[in-house]
Amino acid sequence: MQKTSKELRDIRSNTKLKFKSSRIMICSGTGCTSSKSDKILEELKKKGKELGSDVIIEKTGCFGFCAKGPIIVIEPEQTFYEMVKVEDSEDIIKAVISGTKVERLMPSENDKFIQKWHELNFYNKQKRVALKNCGYINPEDIDEYIAVDGYLALEKVLTGLTKNEVINTVLESGLRGRGGAGFPTGKKWQFTAASKSDVKYVCCNADEGDPGAFMDRSILEGDPHSVLEAMAIAGYAIGSNQGYIYVRAEYPIAVERLKIAIKQAKKYGLLGKNILGTDFDFDIELRLGAGAFVCGEETALMNSIEGKRGEPRPRPPFPAVKGLFAKPTLLNNVETYANVCQIILNGSEWFSSIGTNTSKGTKVFALGGNINNVGLVEVPMGTTLREIVYDIGGGIPGGKKFKAAQTGGPSGGCIPNQHLDTPIDYESLTQIGSMMGSGGLIVMDETKCMVNIAKFFLEFTVDESCGKCPSCRIGTKRMLEILTRITEGKGKVEDIDRLEKLANVIKNASLCGLGQTAPNPVLSTLKYFRDEYVDHIENKNCAAGECKALTKVIINPEKCKECGICQKNCPTNAIMGEVRKGPFEIDQTKCIKCKVCVAKCPFKAIS
Amino acid sequence: MSHCDGCTGCTVDDKVVKIAKKFKDVDGGIMSALHEVQDEYGYISESVQKYLSKELSVPMSDIYGIITFYSRFSLVPKGKYNVQVCMGTACYVKGAEDVLKEFKDELKIDVGQVTEDGKFSLESVRCIGACGLAPAIVVNSEVYGKMSPDKVKEILSKYN
Ligand SMILES: Cc1cc2nc3c(=O)[nH]c(=O)nc-3n(C[C@H](O)[C@H](O)[C@H](O)COP(=O)(O)O)c2cc1C
Ligand code: SF4
Ligand code: SF4
Ligand code: SF4
Ligand code: FES
Ligand code: FES
Repeated sequence: MQKTSKELRDIRSNTKLKFKSSRIMICSGTGCTSSKSDKILEELKKKGKELGSDVIIEKTGCFGFCAKGPIIVIEPEQTFYEMVKVEDSEDIIKAVISGTKVERLMPSENDKFIQKWHELNFYNKQKRVALKNCGYINPEDIDEYIAVDGYLALEKVLTGLTKNEVINTVLESGLRGRGGAGFPTGKKWQFTAASKSDVKYVCCNADEGDPGAFMDRSILEGDPHSVLEAMAIAGYAIGSNQGYIYVRAEYPIAVERLKIAIKQAKKYGLLGKNILGTDFDFDIELRLGAGAFVCGEETALMNSIEGKRGEPRPRPPFPAVKGLFAKPTLLNNVETYANVCQIILNGSEWFSSIGTNTSKGTKVFALGGNINNVGLVEVPMGTTLREIVYDIGGGIPGGKKFKAAQTGGPSGGCIPNQHLDTPIDYESLTQIGSMMGSGGLIVMDETKCMVNIAKFFLEFTVDESCGKCPSCRIGTKRMLEILTRITEGKGKVEDIDRLEKLANVIKNASLCGLGQTAPNPVLSTLKYFRDEYVDHIENKNCAAGECKALTKVIINPEKCKECGICQKNCPTNAIMGEVRKGPFEIDQTKCIKCKVCVAKCPFKAIS
Repeated sequence: MSHCDGCTGCTVDDKVVKIAKKFKDVDGGIMSALHEVQDEYGYISESVQKYLSKELSVPMSDIYGIITFYSRFSLVPKGKYNVQVCMGTACYVKGAEDVLKEFKDELKIDVGQVTEDGKFSLESVRCIGACGLAPAIVVNSEVYGKMSPDKVKEILSKYN
C-alpha cells in the first residue's frame, strides 16, 4: 500500500514513541551471529514470554565492538552487555523488568562500570555517520528506519529539490568514493546526469573484495534502507529508473536483509512507480557476485551483471557514458551511498565540516589482526593511525610491539611505526606508499614477517587475476616465485632489483586496477622493511620467525629441566633425550617447526 | 522430469525447469540461474548446463566459461560437509595457514578436493565477517572461531 507523506510522518512519530519504551537490542551482525546471538534472541523471547514481560526484543546491526560479542544493548538507557551467553537471557529480562542492570555483563574501565555504550573508550574518538543506525534500529523493520528520519531525504529531494540542486549538494559536501579510489561522488553524478539516454542505471558495488574487511557488509546488515534510499536519490538526480545492487553471495545475512528491505520499501511505495505520489519511478534488483575479486572493479562488475565472465573492459568509454547494458551508469560503493541521505538532510556544510581539507566526512575501517579491540570503527578523516590503533583499538595484545598497519588490502601497503601519526586521508595514505582502500586495516605485531605478508597478498592477486593482460597474469606469478624463493632461503641478491623492475612493468602495462596496484604490497614493504628482505637473502634469517625454512627450533640446555614433555608432544618424534638424563635436543632434520614443543615446555626452554 | 528436446535425451529435474523459466527473460539471467542451481545441488552438472544453454539461449562454451571463472560455481559435487577455512588477512595474521594445513593433513586432501568417501571437501575463502573470532572456519553454515590446529580433530569428529 502506497504511503503518503502524512502517513510516513505518522509512522515516524508512532515508532518514536516505541523507542521510548524498553527495548533489548541484540546484535545480529555476522560476527555476533557466529557466536550464537541468534540462539540468544530465541531464548530471550522465550524467557520474556515466560516471565510475562512485554519488553521489545529485537535484532540490530553491528555495534562495531565485535571482539566482545555477542553484544546486547538495552534501550533507552543504552546499557551495554558484552560476551552474553544463552544462559544470561533470564537475568537480562528480569533486570529490565525490575529496572536494574546485570553487572556481570557490563564492561568496566578504571574500576567503574560503563553505564552507556557510547561512554566506552572504544567509541570515544569515533563518529558514526555511515553506521549511525547500526545498533539502534531493527534492520528488518522499515518503520524503525522511518522513525530515524528514514526516507525523509528522499521526500525532501522529490518534493523540493531540482536534479541540479541534489547534485550540487553532493558535490559541495566533498564526499568522495569509499570504494577505494576516492573519486568525487558529486562529479560522478554530474557526468552521468549529463549523458543523454532513454535508459540509465544506478549501481551499488557491494562486492567488498578486500579479504579481511566487512564495512559494507555491516552497513547492509545493519541499515539496508539507507543504501536503497540513497540509490533512489541518485536515480532521481541522474535520471534513472532502475538500480542494481551487486552483492557477494558469500554474505547470506546481508542478502537476506536487502531482500526484506526491498520488499518493504516496495510495499510502502518508496520503491516502484510514482514514489510518494510524484512521477518518479525507481526500482532495485539484487544481483549476486560469485567469488571473483576482480568483479569489484567497475567494468568487470557490469560484465558480471550482464551474465558474462567478470573481465574488465578498457576505459574509455567510462561507465558514465557507456556502462551496464551499454547505457550510462552510475556506480558507487555501499558506504558512499550510506553517507548520502545524511548529507541531504543535514546539508553539505555539515558534512564538509568533518574531516580534512581534501577528504571530508568519516571513514569506516575494519580493524583486525594483532589488536585488542577487533571490530568496526568509524572515525572522522584526519584521525591518526596511532589514535585508531591505541586509543580505539586498545593496542597490541600480549605486550608485543607494533610493526605495521596494512591498509588498502591487496592494492595497498604496510605502514610502519614512523608514520603512525599520519592523519588519515586519501592523499596522505597514498603519499606514504599505501592507500585508503575500502577500509581494511590490519595491524601486525613484531612476530610478523613483512616478506611473508607481501607474499600472502601476491598469492591472492595471482589467484584473482582474470588473466586478460600478460603483465598481470605472468608478472605477478614471477613476483610470487621470487618472494617464495626468498622466504625459503633461496633468494639471490639480484632478486630485490628484479622485484622492483617487475613491479614497474606490471603497474604500467595492466588494464585494470587489480594489476596496476598488485605490486604495492611488495613495494611498500621494500620501502620500509628492506632490511628484512636483505636479512632473508644474505643471512638466510627470518627475524620474525615466520618463514619456517629459515628458523630453527632450539632447546636451551641451561633452561631444560629434562622432563620430557616436549618429546611426548612432538608430532614427528624429532626430540631426542631421556627423562632426567641430560638436556633434550632437537633433530633438525626431522623437525617441521610446528612449535608445539615451544608452547608445551613448562620451563620456556624452547624457542 | 522433463525432456529438453535440444539434446540427446538427458533429463533434468523440475526444479531446474523452474529456474530456467524464472530467468529466461531476465537480462543477464544466466548468472542468477547458475547461482540457484549451485545452491540447490552443490554443483552444476553437464546436463543442467546443456538445458540452461538451450532455454536461456547462451552458448555452452559461454556457460562453461562463466562456471570456471567464478570460484563459487563448481563442476563437481562438494563433500557432504564443506569445510571453509578463512584465509582473509585478519585470519591469516592470526595463524590461519597452520589451521588450513592441519585440515589438509587430517583429511588428506588439498584445497578444492573432496575426500574419497565424499564426506568432506576443503576450501579456502576470504573474510567471512567473523574477524573478531579470527582465525575462523565454517563447516556448512556453522562458524567456528578462535581456531588453532589442535582443535581440528575435535571439530572433524563432530561430523563423523
Ligand atoms: C580489482 C578491484 C577491486 C575493487 N573492489 C571493489 C570493491 O570490492 N568494492 C568497491 O566498492 N569498489 C571496489 N573497487 C573500486 C570500483 O572499481 C569503483 O571505483 C568503486 O566501486 C566506485 O565507487 P565509489 O566511487 O563510491 O568508491 C575495486 C577496484 C578494483 C580495480
Ligand atoms: S590487470 Fe589483471 S585483473 Fe585486470 S584486466 Fe588485466 S589481467 Fe585482468
Ligand atoms: S619440555 Fe622443556 S624442560 Fe622439559 S624436556 Fe622439553 S625442553 Fe626440557
Ligand atoms: S617444533 Fe614441532 S617438530 Fe620441531 S621439535 Fe618442536 S614439536 Fe617437534
Ligand atoms: S557483529 Fe556484533 S558487534 Fe560487530
Ligand atoms: S579475515 Fe577471516 S573472518 Fe575476516
